[in-house]
Amino acid sequence: MRFVGREATDVAHHDLESAAKAEAVRDSFAVGIATAAYGVSFGALAVASGLDVWQACALSLVMFSGGSQFALIGVLAGGGTAAWPAAVAGSTLLGARNGIYGIRTSPIVGRGWLKRIAAAWITIDESTAVALAQPTPAARRVGFWLTGIVVFAGWNLTTLTGALIGDALGDTSRYGLDAAAAAAFVGLLWPRLKRLQARAVAVAAGVVAALLTPVLMPGLPVLVAAGVAVVVGLTNWLGRTDELVAEPRS
Amino acid sequence: MTMWQIVLLAGIACVALKLAGYLVPPAVLERPAAARTADLVTVAMLAALVVVQTLGTGQAIVLDARVPAVVVAAVLFAVRVPFIVVVIVAAAVAAGIRAFV
Repeated sequence: MRFVGREATDVAHHDLESAAKAEAVRDSFAVGIATAAYGVSFGALAVASGLDVWQACALSLVMFSGGSQFALIGVLAGGGTAAWPAAVAGSTLLGARNGIYGIRTSPIVGRGWLKRIAAAWITIDESTAVALAQPTPAARRVGFWLTGIVVFAGWNLTTLTGALIGDALGDTSRYGLDAAAAAAFVGLLWPRLKRLQARAVAVAAGVVAALLTPVLMPGLPVLVAAGVAVVVGLTNWLGRTDELVAEPRS
Repeated sequence: MTMWQIVLLAGIACVALKLAGYLVPPAVLERPAAARTADLVTVAMLAALVVVQTLGTGQAIVLDARVPAVVVAAVLFAVRVPFIVVVIVAAAVAAGIRAFV
């Protein structure tokens, strides 16, 4: 739609804006559907870890953060409900990054408390990454909401599907689902290893976790490994002074 | 604690942290040490979870079909294969080894 007498630059700007929005829509669906698909493995593993189908679904609905959900059921699988303090501490600490994302996505969402609660609920790696990758404010808004909603709908549907499949399968390790969970953590970690400092922290944390697994309750080795990051982060060992904050995964 | 209590407690804790992000003034992120530490904590926990999920069985360290599956996954991520494909291939590698070895 072009108006007679409109400046050429305005028209060009308008075209650029709709192109950016269309790009944001494509990104949202690509990332959203790919992420939602692996909810199947979460649902199946959750059931294998001792949750029932509805507990698996409740976790995806309320917690809605893949890394934290896998971390929680991983500890419960190894230590049972008695390991709940380490399980809850681990999933919460891993979920803390969503709070950091919220600080960045807050200006994209704008005012209105109901809108902000809904936005907070769907603030995860994917919605933040797609939003921040867009070139214009309108495209960032589209990218954030659409990715969040597509992942939310897909993740909850596939969790239910996976939980029902897991219930029927019985022994999920025969189907390699335990390896799938490990691979999923590798996938979440990989894009964060661009800097030397991050790589050093990853290796040190992995070694600490392996050494402590035989001697501590399930879940605790991961929490102690997080301490490595606190020490390195505060002292900025191997860091650069002009360092920018790393972007979340895309 | 029952399983339901654990699920709801952990879920609410995660939502509360998400909401906290929208209440905090953006100036907090201008302190580089805070932002850097937050990013590195995520890296450390994910790396520890990779190790525990690959080698841990309860409190024992076990080398089994998960190890080659994770190595394959790392190689595929390095050559930028899509996330969901890698996860499925990793499961297939582990399942295949368990079926034939």
